[in-house]
Amino acid sequence: MKRLILMTFMLISGVALAQTEGYKVGDIVKDFSLKNVNNKNVSLADYKDAKGYIIVFTCNTCPVAKAYQERIAALNAIYATKGYPVVAINPNDAGVVPEESFQKMQALASEKKFNFPYLLDPDHLVTKQFGATRTPHVYVLNKTDKGNVVEYIGAIDNDPEETNSTKVEYVKNAINELSVGKKPAIASTKAVGCSIKWKKG
Amino acid sequence: MRIFFLICLSLITYSVNAQVKLLKLDDLDKRIANGKDTTYVINFWATWCSPCVAELPNFEKLRLANLKKPVKVLLVSLDFKSKLQKEVIPFVEQHKINAEVFLLNEPDQQQYIERIDKKWSGAIPATLFVNKKTRQFYENEFTETELKNTLLNLK
Repeated sequence: MKRLILMTFMLISGVALAQTEGYKVGDIVKDFSLKNVNNKNVSLADYKDAKGYIIVFTCNTCPVAKAYQERIAALNAIYATKGYPVVAINPNDAGVVPEESFQKMQALASEKKFNFPYLLDPDHLVTKQFGATRTPHVYVLNKTDKGNVVEYIGAIDNDPEETNSTKVEYVKNAINELSVGKKPAIASTKAVGCSIKWKKG
Repeated sequence: MRIFFLICLSLITYSVNAQVKLLKLDDLDKRIANGKDTTYVINFWATWCSPCVAELPNFEKLRLANLKKPVKVLLVSLDFKSKLQKEVIPFVEQHKINAEVFLLNEPDQQQYIERIDKKWSGAIPATLFVNKKTRQFYENEFTETELKNTLLNLK
């Protein structure tokens, strides 16, 4: 019996691990439908004219995410009209961090005049589907006949503190390359960010 | 007498300022290489990272429990360098942290994250257990017991 319990446990934890691995560059993204701060649901399919998407896992409280808020808005301002809108998703659980609640998301979106959707992912389903581990964490998608393909995963740039003299704007570069039919030269990067606040229990 | 006070005062000020040193990865590697049988428990944290702050006392307990053993707890802050004086040092003073505290002085995240561990996504807290024979990296939080057991079971 003990053995059975152990095996079941291992099986479950194995599944949980597999789920958290998430998308790699080249994978096709499954569409989702999440509630936006205006209470309306948003799906990737809603953007009929999109050529791709800039999916940003970000949140209300993380200082790194905050440092990037304006840069995220700027990305949308530049690229939404070119067919690559920003879709922001808050992966954090408000039960763990009350400041991450939907109401606080609404307050932040209105205070900062977010020009892009800011979505709630209540049970981390989409977060786990993507395999996001931190905020901010970006996935650039390219719309193709086969579906939305992940073309870049990582940081917005290599300059969180805006002091790096050799700044490289990874997301901008990736989209500029995609929009002329090229693959991004740098398809994945790493960055320090806040860990996701997972639901307890 | 007055001079004595002045010296004391300057020593105190010196020790306060010296609490958080800037750290290059080359220096960390050298220290590990010269550490003989010492195991280093290196926690990557930041003042803005709430789960990191929450687990810091567990590292202090681990440090106290291993004072007589070849174990060193190093706390490496990933705070912005510009926050060293204004936030990191006051934080270390306020929380009475006695372990060695550093602020990572590496400009390129792409490079240093990979160098610390290939599996690391960059999320913190993260902790590296390392000695001359083994190197184990964890991108997660630790309870007091988990820290103790991880150190005991280090291969």
